[in-house]
Amino acid sequence: MVAFIGQIGRNVIHAVAKLGDATLFALATLRLLFSPPWQGKHFVMQLYAVGVGSLIIIIITGAFTGMVLALQGYHMLVKVGTEALLGPAVALSLIRELGPVLAALMFVGRAGSSITAEIGIMRVTEQMDALEMMAVNPQARVMLTRIIACAIALPLLVGIFDVVGLFAGYLIGVEMLGVNSGVYIGETIDKIGLNDVYAGLTKSIYFGLLVGIICTYMGQRATPTTEGVAKATTQAVMICSVMVLILDYIITSFYL
Amino acid sequence: MIETKGLSKQYGAVSALDNIDLKIKSGEVTVILGGSGSGKTTLLRLLAGLESPTSGSIMFADEDLAKINKKRLYELRLRVGMLFQYSALLNSLTVYENVAFPLNEHTKLDKEVIHTMVMMKLEQVGLRGFEEMMPSQLSGGMAKRVAFARALAMDPQVVFFDEPTSGLDPISAGVISSLIHETTVKTRMTSVVVTHDVQAGLDIADHVILLWQGEVIAEGKSNTIKNSDDPRVQQFIEGRPNGPIPFSRSQTAYIDDLTHKPGCVRLD
Repeated sequence: MVAFIGQIGRNVIHAVAKLGDATLFALATLRLLFSPPWQGKHFVMQLYAVGVGSLIIIIITGAFTGMVLALQGYHMLVKVGTEALLGPAVALSLIRELGPVLAALMFVGRAGSSITAEIGIMRVTEQMDALEMMAVNPQARVMLTRIIACAIALPLLVGIFDVVGLFAGYLIGVEMLGVNSGVYIGETIDKIGLNDVYAGLTKSIYFGLLVGIICTYMGQRATPTTEGVAKATTQAVMICSVMVLILDYIITSFYL
Repeated sequence: MIETKGLSKQYGAVSALDNIDLKIKSGEVTVILGGSGSGKTTLLRLLAGLESPTSGSIMFADEDLAKINKKRLYELRLRVGMLFQYSALLNSLTVYENVAFPLNEHTKLDKEVIHTMVMMKLEQVGLRGFEEMMPSQLSGGMAKRVAFARALAMDPQVVFFDEPTSGLDPISAGVISSLIHETTVKTRMTSVVVTHDVQAGLDIADHVILLWQGEVIAEGKSNTIKNSDDPRVQQFIEGRPNGPIPFSRSQTAYIDDLTHKPGCVRLD
């Protein structure tokens, strides 16, 4: 029993130490945002890599999420005669919750994992040290550019996710299930406020920043072996996914 | 050029280097020899400023690397090149882009001037014509030569070589060794080579430092090392498994451990 409690204590201490280390890493990296040399060109390259690279999966996920929301929502609403509210139901679910969360989870799988693996491999193959020896700060060139790219790319991707989802929901609700087009669009515009859009946007910015920090940190601290990089990549995806859900709850509680 | 005094490095309770005093002269090839785990790569990383010492000083051009800030360290690194054990080419860039990388980062030279300089460096290492290849398409020897060209791109005063011939066939290793020697003589740069390839090291060295268990056990010209009567030096140079340097790190033989177990009887 004592050994069991001791093990729990050690795990908690380890987790707190990691959290502290990650926070210091994030602060040290984000501080470089305000000191030259500026990484503009490299940031744009990263934005392209994580943003455009994730586009297809975001569009597919957005489309099917909108479609399934419309399909499920219609069959529930029609039972109580409120199928006219299908538009706002789909839109609210997408804009406030499912858009930011699902897009972030897809983004973690597509871009976050590749960031961790790439940085881990750069460490294994001494590319980080090579940058250092060529008087290029890897924390600014490699870490910062990816964190900022994630924080900007994810809100844009969430916007695309929402638009595709809304359009797909409309197609299912109006074209397939026969809800009146005017009612669908009118009720949606009437019930969705700017606050809902801000809530979704705020979430996506925080999620992007979180994914960027966790994935770069895990890559940077990966044991420099093949197994170490694989383990760090898996852990990065797992931690990001859980943290996105926890942060989603916290932000939602502020916006309600 | 580079001088260390009382240089020590510890990783937790493990001492990697203990109280190292050495001088690396300008325009010479200094070879640091030693077996696996002797601390030679740690020493090279400290000299290159990639790690900080636990105690002691590393004077580079009259400045202590252990005390200067990062900005100054980066300024000094413009005068330094390094060839890593696994080449460390940036694998998203072509051979040309890798060699041009330091020039693009730190100079405002015209593209055509950079092109000419890159071609000269590639010619120097015998790889002109391979500039569009990616690092993944290169053999180990070619990758090392590209890394060598990149290390020379800024015409550095000092170049550090970490195991430059490891994992290469004898011909490629010979090419790299002669490139180090020729370039040092021609450009009068300072070369610091860490290797466990005894013959190649002794062939190209102006000065040899032999490390064992984090301490310098011999130092001098190649002939001085070859003729040393220190049994540890002789064992290392001749590559003998038996001698004062133990092959196994175990404190006791396994058979002795088994014999001391309760109920075990040794039958011999």
